[in-house]
Amino acid sequence: MSATHGGAGEHHDPHLAHHFETGEQQADSAKLGMWIFLATELLFFSGLFCAYAAYRANHPEIFIWSDQFLDKTLGGLNTAILICSSLTMAWAVRAAQLGKRRLLAVLLTATMVFAVAFLGVKGIEYNTKWKHGLLWGKYYHPHVEAAAEHGAEPAPAAPPAASGKAPADSSEIPPSAVGPAGLAKHPRGPISDIPETAPKNVQIFFSIYFIMTGLHGIHVIAGIIVIGWLLRRTLGGEFGDGYATPVDNVGLYWHLVDIIWIFLFPLLYLIR
Amino acid sequence: MSSVTPPGAGAAAAVAVGGDSYLSHDKGLRSWIFTLDHKRIGIMYLVAILTSFFLGGVFALLVRTELWTPGRTIVSADTYNKLFTLHGAVMIFLVLIPSIPASIGNFVLPLMLGAKDVALPRLNLASFHLYVVGAIFLLAAILTGGVDTGWTFYTPYSVTTGTSVILTTLGAFILGFSSIFTGLNFIVTIHKMRPKGMTFFRMPLMLWSLYATAVIQVLATPVLGITLLLLIAERTLGIGIFNPALGGDPLLFQHFFWFYSHPAVYIMILPAMGIESELISVFSRKHIFGYKFIAYSSIAIAVFGFLVWGHHMFVSGQSGLANMIFSLLTFSVAIPSAVKIFNWLATMYKGSIHFDTPMLYALAFIFLFAIGGLTGLFLGALATDVHLHDTYFVVAHFHYTMFGGTVIAFLGGLHYWWPKFFGRKYSERWGKIAALLIFVGFNLTFFTQFVMGSHGMPRRYYNYLPQFTPYHQASTIGSYILALGFFVMAGYLAHSLVKGERAPANPWGAATLEWQTSSPPPYYNFDHEMTAGDPYDLDTVRFVSPAEGWVPRTEGATS
Repeated sequence: MSATHGGAGEHHDPHLAHHFETGEQQADSAKLGMWIFLATELLFFSGLFCAYAAYRANHPEIFIWSDQFLDKTLGGLNTAILICSSLTMAWAVRAAQLGKRRLLAVLLTATMVFAVAFLGVKGIEYNTKWKHGLLWGKYYHPHVEAAAEHGAEPAPAAPPAASGKAPADSSEIPPSAVGPAGLAKHPRGPISDIPETAPKNVQIFFSIYFIMTGLHGIHVIAGIIVIGWLLRRTLGGEFGDGYATPVDNVGLYWHLVDIIWIFLFPLLYLIR
Repeated sequence: MSSVTPPGAGAAAAVAVGGDSYLSHDKGLRSWIFTLDHKRIGIMYLVAILTSFFLGGVFALLVRTELWTPGRTIVSADTYNKLFTLHGAVMIFLVLIPSIPASIGNFVLPLMLGAKDVALPRLNLASFHLYVVGAIFLLAAILTGGVDTGWTFYTPYSVTTGTSVILTTLGAFILGFSSIFTGLNFIVTIHKMRPKGMTFFRMPLMLWSLYATAVIQVLATPVLGITLLLLIAERTLGIGIFNPALGGDPLLFQHFFWFYSHPAVYIMILPAMGIESELISVFSRKHIFGYKFIAYSSIAIAVFGFLVWGHHMFVSGQSGLANMIFSLLTFSVAIPSAVKIFNWLATMYKGSIHFDTPMLYALAFIFLFAIGGLTGLFLGALATDVHLHDTYFVVAHFHYTMFGGTVIAFLGGLHYWWPKFFGRKYSERWGKIAALLIFVGFNLTFFTQFVMGSHGMPRRYYNYLPQFTPYHQASTIGSYILALGFFVMAGYLAHSLVKGERAPANPWGAATLEWQTSSPPPYYNFDHEMTAGDPYDLDTVRFVSPAEGWVPRTEGATS
């Protein structure tokens, strides 16, 4: 608190709010606030991770069976995309601190491009699931025809059995010649097998998959919006000269969004 | 505060009344709705919370009236289900959760820190706006046919009922963010805005309580958020995670729900304990006893509070081992709670106790909260809980803690800081009459419920055996007396706003910083930089006259 009052207008730093004494106090406060917000975000997702753990512990067969329908290539690609976006974001924070506005604008744009690419790839995956009827809860109606039709498309969304090369026509998706999985540890029936080999209540996996990746996707969209807001302010000549708090904080948020995906990817795509 | 305040500042502050204050700084509705001033936001919260309290109270009176006779008295069974659900949802989400932190806390927290505002004023305003939006959703649910699941929204019924579950849960979801923003703001403010000389262990205990509360708000509320989101997704999209018809697990909902909603009762009670620590010390004219123990016990309650949710599910079929662990941990919460009560009693011991209206509420709090807390142990014990589960005993228990604890302390705090809020005094005589009516009415309403609960009257039932009629009727009469008490209070507080005597800067002789500025405070809170001393060293102030109140004792002067 400065001893003289009427304060707000007299500060030299236009970014310093009237109730703070120093820019450092203000920046620290904003940053602490952001960290606490990230803690709430973590707790927000923790409910879903708990749901995942509870169902995985109680019904491992659902997870083992469903795993085949998630495309590891696209998931891996998305992981790489997000890691790159983290790099550009971290670099952007540095650029803001150094007051390099041009570089900052470029890096923020790059981060947004990566984020949009992530959503694009996610969209392809969702689209495939949609076509196969591999949806959540009561909308889980796997249908063979759609699967077959989809097989003709280049996007490798079919189960690993068919994913090596793009099948020319539906007949290339192997029929249930593999037979029922029986006691095999990792039944990998083709899609046309769904009705026969699927364990009970397999829709729970897709519920969890969609709600977790969906909520993460919403966070990516929110990230694109706030990065866009940063970009606008950057082009308006803000940031630099020791003021980079918003870039810092959005950076923290973006890294959290990344890190949640880093956990989602192995839990949903890789572990069987 | 040793010699921090310049001599005569108290008198100057008293003169400042009617001059610049946060109330007169700007004019017009917009200057309120879009203000960033923590004091105005606190007052708007206060108005909103009291309005919600009125609404929830009307629902409660309707429920009690319906229970006057077995079978139908005034409303149908379906309406009755909606009434008790709305009473619960409104009282929990719109009243108890925000009650003390968002209204009183918002107003006094920066003042107690000698600061100009909370650290993040825009977030503070956003919190209030979200509160209003959430409240609108809840009201919309009432207008679109109400909701009949009970405030707990247990699945699978909440998935299948035809009532407005989505609107209600969406409202609660939004209110959750409002609560998170308040908590986040308080943590940052307490960490970053303390004045010179105020270490953590020289903070007023109210701030320790608000800090502990904020930690729970920040860490528990998001889990409710995701739970309600899943419930909404359940109803709109049919994701089935909580729906046994789709392979989901309804008990998982209960775990999620209580992981928030049990800590939430500590969101409600901890700030009440903070107010209690202030009131007991000031009105006993004695330094608080066991400062560090009270401070640590707030943190202990916040920590233990996260580990006991399973005691709501003793009869749900969870494992016996889990039951035993949850029961043990539940008992452990009694320790820090008792530490606080013993310290308050020790503070009063050989104190010079002043029975002003706020102190009456403080004393009522100790009495009622002790009953509420001890009956909690009955319910935390496995064997007795099986008998008492879902009976009126539980209803009485949580009303003794939530009403007898939180609301009573809220009223105590309201009467204590009222002169600071509005610069006016209220009628002490009517204040005491209302306090008495509320105390008697409350005990008549809820003590009878302990009795009928232990005799097996189940909660939430529309109909009951004739043998319970006398209890229900006594309880209903009690609720009317309670309502009368609140009408008296509304009367004299309204009178105070218009015609109340001007209040001095420090009418009670407290040593915390908020009393060192004028009543009501100026827009920027303080006219000089504040330095904190011992917040409970009451010898730093001396009484002058009722009109001037207490002023800082100047160096070397004796009374």
